[in-house]
Amino acid sequence: MKIGVVISEGPYTHQAADTAYHFVKSALAKGHEVPRVFFYHDGVNVSTRLSIPPQDERHIQKNWSALAAEHGVDLVVCIAAAQRRGLLDENEATRQGKDANNIAEGFRISGLGQLIEMGIQTDRLVMFGD
Amino acid sequence: MSDIKKFLYVNRRAPYGTIYALESLEVVLIGAAFDQDVSLAFLDDGVFQLTKGQNTDGIGVKNFSPTFRALGDYEVTKFYVERESLAERGLTEADLQEITYEDEDDDWAEKPSIRVVGRDEMAAIMADQDVVLSF
Repeated sequence: MKIGVVISEGPYTHQAADTAYHFVKSALAKGHEVPRVFFYHDGVNVSTRLSIPPQDERHIQKNWSALAAEHGVDLVVCIAAAQRRGLLDENEATRQGKDANNIAEGFRISGLGQLIEMGIQTDRLVMFGD
Repeated sequence: MSDIKKFLYVNRRAPYGTIYALESLEVVLIGAAFDQDVSLAFLDDGVFQLTKGQNTDGIGVKNFSPTFRALGDYEVTKFYVERESLAERGLTEADLQEITYEDEDDDWAEKPSIRVVGRDEMAAIMADQDVVLSF
């Protein structure tokens, strides 16, 4: 089965990004396809590479980046939600005249159309949030 | 499965205080370009999103409620509002803004977009969808 995933709450504050991670890993292990994970609302904060959790805690961003590298999951961060919250890739930082960017490897910034497209192209859309 | 899917946007939160309602509306606006079968549901505190006479001057936040009235032009014409959620909050349909669309299949007659439905009917509407996005 093709499964699309949406994460709509921020990391560490809320369990959504962790639960979604375990869900996607399990779904892939069972032979399902997870072509894309879409990060919306505060969920976009998962994508910052500047997060430094204590060493004995899980690293949510690195977990997702590793999953993307291993399984080719497309991690899409909503551009409108990201810009409100100060998350920029190199292109956007240049375009907006900002002095830094912070998007981690494996994530890409794109539009809400990617969320709708995922809903159309997958068999199930599963949302993790509050 | 046909090319057109039934999308339902479920709005359960008050319009201000959190960003969920505004960012839900942003998805609806983008999604309208994809020619899908779109419905909106308003329940719990989400019914407050459609109340008329909203004024946000005092909180310094944009009042986005007029945007709901423009959705008819994007063929978003099904607004299901849960009757029990209204009643539990002391609201009636008269407290909601008037939202209409022009029905192209009926000589562009102006028709109301809001349909107040009971909890049972809301459950049936949800069960009938292909994609449910909850905000």
